[in-house]
Amino acid sequence: MKRPFVIVCSLFAAIFALGSDPPAVRVEPTDSVGPRPLEKQTRTAVIRDYLQAWRGLSGAFEQNRADLLDPDFVGAAKEKLAETIREQATQGIRTRYRDSAHDLQVVFYSPEGLSIQLIDTVEYDVQILDDDKVQTTQHVRARYVAVLTPTEVRWKVRIFQAEPK
Amino acid sequence: MRSRFTFLLGALVITAMPLALAQTGSLHLPGTVEAGSAFSIQSTGNGNAVLYIVGLGQVVKRKVQLGQTVSFAPGDLRSAGHYLAVLVGDSSTENGAFDVTAAHQPGALSFLAKPSRLAVDLHDGISGVVYVFDAFQNLVLATTQVSFQLSGVAGATQTRTALTHNGVAWTKMDSAAKEGSVQFVARVGDAASTRVMQLVPGNPCHLRMSARPSGQRLAVETEPVRDCNGNALPDGTIVTFTERYKGGESTVDVPLKRGVARTDMPAYGGAKISVATGVFVGNEIRWGGER
Repeated sequence: MKRPFVIVCSLFAAIFALGSDPPAVRVEPTDSVGPRPLEKQTRTAVIRDYLQAWRGLSGAFEQNRADLLDPDFVGAAKEKLAETIREQATQGIRTRYRDSAHDLQVVFYSPEGLSIQLIDTVEYDVQILDDDKVQTTQHVRARYVAVLTPTEVRWKVRIFQAEPK
Repeated sequence: MRSRFTFLLGALVITAMPLALAQTGSLHLPGTVEAGSAFSIQSTGNGNAVLYIVGLGQVVKRKVQLGQTVSFAPGDLRSAGHYLAVLVGDSSTENGAFDVTAAHQPGALSFLAKPSRLAVDLHDGISGVVYVFDAFQNLVLATTQVSFQLSGVAGATQTRTALTHNGVAWTKMDSAAKEGSVQFVARVGDAASTRVMQLVPGNPCHLRMSARPSGQRLAVETEPVRDCNGNALPDGTIVTFTERYKGGESTVDVPLKRGVARTDMPAYGGAKISVATGVFVGNEIRWGGER
């Protein structure tokens, strides 16, 4: 009984290794995002940095390296993700996150330009490895709220939270 | 092409997976759990298994006995988000998912008030943005009413309320007419956050000087320099006196001291003396008769 399971898990591992194509990204048109107009360049930069944050997150969780969060996350989001990575490492777990699609909408740009909020309906696969053995792979579709703030050279994710559908 | 192949392969495996695994147990999960609250997960079957609760906000791994209730104490799961629950037994794997939502009670506010220093009497000159969090630093996404209050110097207290959308609320306020410190408070229930802002005088609205002989020279002095609301411009503000006379020009920059600027200039007959601060120009004097 265990053999088919091992085969299935190996197959999933192979799929994960192959499935590294960039995610499909759709950005909802933004008519109004609150008190401050959103320039096209700003929107492009925010979305680029947010998608990069997913890549950073993926590497950090797969390798249990919280330092890989540094370029993309800041504040509460970074602290929470880093704590989760520490929990994973303590329990001998690793997780592989592979985002396959993002449906993004900018919903708020603060009046002073210091925070911008996105809603992302994202699809991703999660693979859970315990002691390097794949336990399961799940496909997830979830809605995330992300708040990004500008730093010296880029936008970083400060709040990152899934909300119930 | 490669991603299409990957997707098809994945779909095939997902379809085949239930057939490959023996279904000896099942998971009964809550639909949603409030962050920090107690909850339980029921499994069926018998034997040993490992339960994984995996999310980006938290990871829990527990050895469990199938058929028994797995209890989570208050505070065990405190990070809001989407969680996978995976029960791995000797011969089966059960999967499920549930959401952890922020606690209803706001616990902290992230309040950004800008600017920290601004001129008096500006319409919508002050902005305040509040992100509402629970006690576990989860963004409270349920609609919440936030009250903003601006008070401190003479003038009526301004109050606004705003509802959060996706955890954030914002407002704009007018700066008061009088200079001084003001307190800008955001409040949600028992949670409050205060920012102190400094209101400074606006642009000068009244700049007038006089001149009198002082020995061989001319002493020029302004009246107290004020903005349009009567606030004295701060000491150190530069006032520029310019004297134009036949064949030359003299300029003297003088900082305000106790609200006035004074200096000596050459006394040329028929000279024109003007005064300005920034782009605001005051009166002009022709020595030998004011104009």
